[in-house]
Amino acid sequence: MSFIEKISSIHLDILKEIGNIGAGHAATALSKLLNKKIDMKVPNVQIVSFDEMMNMAGGAENVVAGVFLRIEGEAPGSMFFVLPVEQATSFIREMIGDESFSLESPPYSEIGLSALQELGNILSGSYLSSLSDFTNLSLYPSVPALSIDMVGAIISYGLIELSHVSDYAIVIDTALNEDEDENTEYVKGHFFLLPDPDSFQIIFKSLGVPHND
Amino acid sequence: MIESKTIIKVGIADMNIVKTPDIIRTSGLGSCVGVVIYDQTREVAGLAHVMLPDSSLAKSGVLNIAKYADTAIKDLVSKLIRHGARANFLKAKIAGGAQMFQFSSGNDMMRIGPRNVEAVKLELAALNIAIVAADVGGNSGRTIEFNPQNCILHIRTVNKGIQEL
Repeated sequence: MSFIEKISSIHLDILKEIGNIGAGHAATALSKLLNKKIDMKVPNVQIVSFDEMMNMAGGAENVVAGVFLRIEGEAPGSMFFVLPVEQATSFIREMIGDESFSLESPPYSEIGLSALQELGNILSGSYLSSLSDFTNLSLYPSVPALSIDMVGAIISYGLIELSHVSDYAIVIDTALNEDEDENTEYVKGHFFLLPDPDSFQIIFKSLGVPHND
Repeated sequence: MIESKTIIKVGIADMNIVKTPDIIRTSGLGSCVGVVIYDQTREVAGLAHVMLPDSSLAKSGVLNIAKYADTAIKDLVSKLIRHGARANFLKAKIAGGAQMFQFSSGNDMMRIGPRNVEAVKLELAALNIAIVAADVGGNSGRTIEFNPQNCILHIRTVNKGIQEL
C-alpha cells in the first residue's frame, strides 16, 4: 500500500497547521523585510497528481521566479517559494532600491538575483525554524537555489524524490498576498512544502499522532 | 479540405501517440526528458515525458511505465507498432534533461537531468533507434511540440525563444 493511502483527514489537518505556522512566520519576515502588510491565506493541503501540482502554481508553462531548497535533517523534504515574475521584480526593486531592475530577459543583474535568493533564504529559514520548534525535529535548509523558468521545469525537480514512490504528492501550499489589494483573487506568492515520503511518519510521530501502518 | 488540428497534450510521467494532422506537445520539461519516436512515412509519432532513468528505482506500488526511461521507451515503441509504424523505420528526437538548479553538494539526485538523458540514449540504442536530433542539458526549461507530418520538433525555452530540430 502506498504511503498516501495511509493518510487520514487528521493527518491532513496537522499538515495544514504546519503550513499555517511555518508560512505565518515567513509572512511576518517578508512583511518586516519590505515594511508592508502581507496577507496570508489559510493553507491548502492536497493530495495531487504531478500535473495538478503544476496547475496549482499556474500551469506547467507559466514563467515564475522559484527559490528551491532541500530540507535536510530528521525529516528531509523539498521546499519552494514561487513568485510571479512581476512580483519578484517589484520585491527586488524594493530591496535593492534600483527601479531599473528587470527580469524580462537575461543577463539579470547579479545583485538583484542575490537579493531574491536572500529573500528566499530568509522566508524559508523562518518557515523551517518555526516548523522545527513545533515538531522538535532538527531541520536544516540547504543554500537556496534560484531559477526563473517554467513552473513545470522548476517544480518537477522537487518531485523527483517523491516520484520514486508515488505518482501523487502531498502538497502544503500557502498563498501570500499583499494587503493593499485584498479584493483581488490574484495570488502573489506560494510556499510549497513537499516532505519526502518517509518524513511524514517522522513528523506525525514527533507530534504524537499515530500513523496507521 | 479543412483539416482540424488538435494538440495532444502529454503530462508529466505520461505518454501518447499522434497521427497527422494532429500535433503532440509536452510543457515544462526540466530535468525530465521528452522522447519523440516516429515513423516519417506513416506519419505517426509517440511522445513520452520521462521523469526518472530506471524502473528499478521504483520503491513501491503500481509501476507507472511512462515515468521511467527504460519502460516508457519500450512501451512507446510497441504502441507505435500497434498504430501502424514499422520497427525498422523508427527514429527519435529528444529534448530536456536540464540541470535546473546548481548545488554545491554533489548529491546524485541533483544530477537527475544528465542521468535521464544517458538512460534514454542507452535504451534507444538497445532498440536500434537512431537519434536524429537532440537538445539536452543546459539549465533552462523546455516546451516541445512535434508534428508527425513534417517531423519537425519545436522547442521553446523562456529566454531563447523557439528553435526547430
